[in-house]
Amino acid sequence: MKKELKVPAIREGTVVDHIPSRATFKVIRILDLKDFEHVISVVLNLQSKSMGKKGIIKIGSRFLTEDEVNKIAVLAPNATVNIIKDYTVKEKIKVKIPDVIEKIIKCSNPQCITNNEKDSRTKFYIVEKEPLKIRCHYCERCMQREDIELV
Amino acid sequence: MAKEGGFKGRDIISIKDFSKSELLYVLNIAKRMEKSHNQDLLKGKILATLFLESSTRTRLSFTAAMERLGGQVMGFATAGVSSLKKGETLWDTIKMVEQYADVIVMRHPIEGAARLAAEAASIPIINGGDGSNQHPTQTMLDLYTIQKTKGKLEGLNIGMLGDLKYGRTVHSLTTALSHFNTNFFFISPEALKMPDEYLEELKEKKLRYKEVVDLKKVSKELDILYVTRIQKERFPDPVEYEKYKDFYKLDKSLLPFFKSELKIMHPLPRVGEISPELDNTPHAIYFQQAGNGIPVRQALLALVLGKIR
Repeated sequence: MKKELKVPAIREGTVVDHIPSRATFKVIRILDLKDFEHVISVVLNLQSKSMGKKGIIKIGSRFLTEDEVNKIAVLAPNATVNIIKDYTVKEKIKVKIPDVIEKIIKCSNPQCITNNEKDSRTKFYIVEKEPLKIRCHYCERCMQREDIELV
Repeated sequence: MAKEGGFKGRDIISIKDFSKSELLYVLNIAKRMEKSHNQDLLKGKILATLFLESSTRTRLSFTAAMERLGGQVMGFATAGVSSLKKGETLWDTIKMVEQYADVIVMRHPIEGAARLAAEAASIPIINGGDGSNQHPTQTMLDLYTIQKTKGKLEGLNIGMLGDLKYGRTVHSLTTALSHFNTNFFFISPEALKMPDEYLEELKEKKLRYKEVVDLKKVSKELDILYVTRIQKERFPDPVEYEKYKDFYKLDKSLLPFFKSELKIMHPLPRVGEISPELDNTPHAIYFQQAGNGIPVRQALLALVLGKIR
């Protein structure tokens, strides 16, 4: 049976697959795509055998840095990043959570200095990867994946 | 910003930044400080005290420690008189103060403030308390007091009583004592129990702990009983505070339940949790404990200023 494409294929660029549906827009924010000029296709609530409902983002003419790929892992630990060249998948990368997460996440502790000092940046250390547990470099409080909010 | 290796130029921000051997090293230097009188060791050095939240013991004992070593102290004691009140960022305040001083001790109501200050400063920052997060010099003087009174730190039965949920002193002390094969006894009302993350830490290190509400159930086993105040300022709900403020009151009626060698510590100030009638018993060491802040802080000041290697 011919596999039907749910989203138009891209000639060159990146496809981020296996994103939990509810995290898809957060991934777009992490990748800072709001002023991006090329094609971006976003699909939500696709049926997935392994994850129930998933999201896919296709970004034309853009390749992600290693740092960007790893940032995705914070929100979508099972995501895959496909590098597309000439309509075919040239490389498949499994995302990997970085040991230190800088700038992208907000500390959930309202009493943390990063929520009180103008222009301060956040920094978190990974305590446990699965289930995700991170510790704020400043206030030392721990957060879990469900507490994660983007800056 | 902290420099790698040794203590010169190092920031003292969190007890978690110190290994067992580093903690023991600080205690050894503190012991030396207590015995000798190095009146000129820090001559020509200036300590800036930035206390943006009220404090009596910490500020006074840092001041005494610095002055007894021949150094000078400048600073302010409340946020109201600082330019932070005018909207200056902490970063800028620190950048300005470091032009005038050789070392900064700060207390700040916001958690993580000391860590941020350390990133701003090129001179050492000593955390004198950042909200309910850390107060490392208190923990070091607590360790020093236990070592001094018991002659050792390893393998003691240590009880912590009171507000174990919000109390930063008991959290940091638990972390520090976990290096020394301690048997922990956590005594608190159900609602103010030691948070799970600290218990997890102990489980990982395979250390023993017991949680009880009634002190009498474990008091005979204890070498040290560390009492804490139920802190009104840390309670989100004043009604909750009223429920627990008088939960524990230690007085002479408890004496038959103590081992004769039991020592009672308290970071002070106390409100009603230890009756003054215990002050003159051989169990009470909380005022000596406050006094031990001097040699410990002398040691830290001399170390971070590079006067002891």
